[in-house]
Amino acid sequence: MKGPSGAGKTLLLRAIADLDPNQGLVSLEGRDRSTIPGPEWRRLVGYVPAEPGWWAETVCGHFGDWSAAAAVLTDLGFPQEAKSWPIARLSTGERLRLALVRALIIRPKVLLLDEPTAALDAASVAAVESLIATRIRTGLAVLWVTHDAGQARRIARRQLVVEAGSVRDEIEQWPITSR
Amino acid sequence: MANYITLNYLDLALASVLVLIDAGLSIIFGLKIHRSLLVAAIRMAVQLALIGLVLTALFSLVSPLWTGFVVLAMILFAGQEVMQRQDRRLSGWWSFGLGAGCMMMSSVLVTAFALLTAIRPSPWYDPRYAIPLLGMILGNCMTGIALGLNTLTTSLILRRASVEAQLMLGATRWDAAAPVTRDALRSALMPTINSMSATGLVSLPGMMTGQILSGVPPVEAVKYQILVMFLIAGGTGFGAAAAVLGGVYRLTDARHRLRLDRLAAAQAI
Repeated sequence: MKGPSGAGKTLLLRAIADLDPNQGLVSLEGRDRSTIPGPEWRRLVGYVPAEPGWWAETVCGHFGDWSAAAAVLTDLGFPQEAKSWPIARLSTGERLRLALVRALIIRPKVLLLDEPTAALDAASVAAVESLIATRIRTGLAVLWVTHDAGQARRIARRQLVVEAGSVRDEIEQWPITSR
Repeated sequence: MANYITLNYLDLALASVLVLIDAGLSIIFGLKIHRSLLVAAIRMAVQLALIGLVLTALFSLVSPLWTGFVVLAMILFAGQEVMQRQDRRLSGWWSFGLGAGCMMMSSVLVTAFALLTAIRPSPWYDPRYAIPLLGMILGNCMTGIALGLNTLTTSLILRRASVEAQLMLGATRWDAAAPVTRDALRSALMPTINSMSATGLVSLPGMMTGQILSGVPPVEAVKYQILVMFLIAGGTGFGAAAAVLGGVYRLTDARHRLRLDRLAAAQAI
């Protein structure tokens, strides 16, 4: 999903994740969202915001199952000692990658990503894209907000162009990574 | 004949000179608080004079209806005070209703408990005991609830991302708000804990001092004070817990979403 700042991309992701009061029909695998309790819905539909929040002092305090997190963290270039790193000393890029891992290890069916690579270097962007592509191949559906046209061509099957609160255009394509 | 030294109005006028000295200091140092200081002092004197008259009438009546009416009036004023002390109020009726409702529940419950178990006056609602007791519990309960609710609302605003991060991972509203709830309850109970720790060493409470000045043996006055401190701790704990949990309930919804839109707009300073 792409579009200018203020177009309503984040609002749409938050509405799908059911974080704000909203109207309209949202369903997953034929199940109406209103029949699924909020916490269960958010385990099925994960959301990684552009500025993730933190509630514990260290990295490991944000993961219930550290062994599950450790394997994915290694794929994204984190060393083993990252477990005890204080959150306050992490860079924006490290925080975004940790938030992504946090959302992935609860095994959602859908993942909503709000510019997850905006603050990353080229190598980290490639690692994140590769990780998500792997998960897509195993059945994860992803709605990814990006301002990077090249990234949209690399990863998307369908591009949604959002402007002034509504979807202005919809482009079907084969992602470069799957060709 | 009373076994205490009575005060005349000249004694009070002499003591009021101390407030005038404070006002003079404000003028000398340019603090600009002399006006509010004098207004507060006059307000205090008028309010106490009026309550003195009300209590004299009430004590002679010993009527459950009038006692109940005064209790209700005290709770409504306290509810208003809780509302005034919030940086960000809950919107609508909740702003007044939550604080006043929780204060009514906890202070009336704790006062009734003390009247029916420890003090046992006859009749049990005797205003000579019920009103001062309720006043002391209510005053402390009001401070605790105001602090607890204010900490809750400001923390939810400041730590919104942290609370929502937990909601996004499937936490319930109660789990996601638990760290903020704990901080709010600690904040509500801290004045009571500090007061209990310092009483007798750093400060002699007003009630106990008043009893001693009016001729009650210190050991008896101390017993009353200990009872009152326990009642205050209980009342503040119940009231703050109910108000803070009620605040979490109101600022989230059945879909386990954070609802900061249910806070009234910030007031201009």
